[in-house]
Amino acid sequence: MSVLTFLKPRGSANTARERLQLIIAHERSENGRPDLVITLREEILAVIAKHVKVDADKVQIKLERGKGVSTLGVDIEIPVDATPMRASA
Amino acid sequence: MAKVLCVTSGKGGVGKTTTTAALGAALAQAGEKVCVVDFDVGLRNLDLIMGAERRVVYDLINVTNGDAKLNQALIRDKRLENLSLLPASQTRDKDALTDAGVERVIAELREKFDWVVCDSPAGIERGAQLAMRHADVAVVVTNPEVSSVRDSDRIIGLLDSKTVRAEKGEQIEKHLILTRFDPARADRGDMLKVDDVLEILSIPLLAIIPESLEVLRASNVGCPVTLNNPLCAPSRAYIDAVRRLKGETVAMAIPSDRKSLINKLFTRRAA
Repeated sequence: MSVLTFLKPRGSANTARERLQLIIAHERSENGRPDLVITLREEILAVIAKHVKVDADKVQIKLERGKGVSTLGVDIEIPVDATPMRASA
Repeated sequence: MAKVLCVTSGKGGVGKTTTTAALGAALAQAGEKVCVVDFDVGLRNLDLIMGAERRVVYDLINVTNGDAKLNQALIRDKRLENLSLLPASQTRDKDALTDAGVERVIAELREKFDWVVCDSPAGIERGAQLAMRHADVAVVVTNPEVSSVRDSDRIIGLLDSKTVRAEKGEQIEKHLILTRFDPARADRGDMLKVDDVLEILSIPLLAIIPESLEVLRASNVGCPVTLNNPLCAPSRAYIDAVRRLKGETVAMAIPSDRKSLINKLFTRRAA
């Protein structure tokens, strides 16, 4: 970011406009379902819990709201001794 | 021992969030483990000023309600690894915060960090009172302007009566940060002077932050001013404030960006 600021020393208002447009678009689209991430986490966990034991506290969720798409990263710690229900991966 | 610092003012728009971000980042730049906490439930903005708005997953309410663990909600700063943000909720209102929930979260934050910097919402109601409740240190942000000074006086009264420390009969450390100060206007007699404000509020002065374009620039790009341009006048004032908070004796000055050509060159390069 500092390189960009260096190349475009007068661009901070543009950065502000772009950041605002992006976050406001996301907030408007999230209206009515603000807990989407919580729902996703619970359903993803439920699916995984069918196969391995997971500790709900050992789950890290990362979200990156982007232009057009967002990425959701779910990082689940699976202990070595987690007993799989089925042998297949 | 961890310290909980509340940035408060009563009046809105005087620079609480800017100050929270600047002090939090400057403390982290000085090597402290810092968490900045947004208490402005319903109108969060600290995430924007810190440049983390696209990464918010959980918030303070999720943690106080038990929907998420603290470490799941903390957003680690991408520029400073010892700086974290606990965002406020955008969709609930301030009644969603419970006394017990806030107490538990603050206690947990004390264990993980050296400094917990709480950004208070404007006003003197429940949200502002919860933000200051567990503070050891309060920074009152004031503009040299009549309504801001009067509101700060009310907030100082609340700090002395509604905080845990006050209720236990202990002292809460209070400091004043005067923001958006313009020495030329004060000299012309068009703006309250530093001494006028200090005489009225009678709490010790922590810093004078000059009115500066750099503060707007930093907020445009989502970076605390002390990190975006550490050499500019407001940053130098905030960095001195942090040294004073850490117990150093630093002579009080009103930093200026118009000092010299060399100073200007350095500022330009850092931007």
